[in-house]
Amino acid sequence: MSALPSQPRIRIPRSARAGEVIEIRTLIEHPMETGLRHEAGRALPRDMLTRLMVRLNGETLLAADFQNGTATNPYHVFFVRLDKPGHFEFIWTDEKGRQARAEARVAVA
Amino acid sequence: MNIHRRTCLALLALPFAAAAQTEEALRTAIRDAIGDKPVADGGITLRVPSLAENGGQVPLGIVVESPMTLQDHVTAIHVFATRNPTPGVATFRLTPLLARAEVQTRIRLAEDQRLIVLAETSTGRVLRASAELRVGAGGCLS
Repeated sequence: MSALPSQPRIRIPRSARAGEVIEIRTLIEHPMETGLRHEAGRALPRDMLTRLMVRLNGETLLAADFQNGTATNPYHVFFVRLDKPGHFEFIWTDEKGRQARAEARVAVA
Repeated sequence: MNIHRRTCLALLALPFAAAAQTEEALRTAIRDAIGDKPVADGGITLRVPSLAENGGQVPLGIVVESPMTLQDHVTAIHVFATRNPTPGVATFRLTPLLARAEVQTRIRLAEDQRLIVLAETSTGRVLRASAELRVGAGGCLS
């Protein structure tokens, strides 16, 4: 599977107290072109991400399936309570099956 | 006279035809998401601006009242834009690993419209909330 040129950005604390709820913010640069838009009389080709999958210590935490109404440069925020150190994996997939990945580790004191 | 009348009728009918098409697409999208399950209003808080200056980047916050336990948690949140060229915005699949049934994102809206959010729970319930939004500049969808 080839890699997406898109650059993901993750904002997540480096550490948390046991039981603390942390906020995770993700952003990926992507045009999310629907194929419905025209420029100079020509339709711009469709280029969409279909999915963001987030795993915590190997288990699915959240999955998002995108349709046309998701904005350019998809941005998502969600909340997790950590009782033990967390290894987060983020995988975006586009309609051609190309992927962009990121990961983050959160220590728990 | 006859032709003129027909033209007028056609012009009158156009927006209604488009609206009917949008309604049908919305019904289909909702059916695809939740099937024929009964839907109850409430239990969802939507955080959206009442006036979105830029329809291409509209902040949306969704909070569903849920204990997020193994037994009772939100399994999916579906978002629909009722007057976009296509109504689908996103579906979020949640797990009890999340601290709360809350997601924030940014969406695009082509024009003033109502946003519909449906939340499915592990106990088989479907909750619904909606919000009316005005859009300054449309989200360049077509």
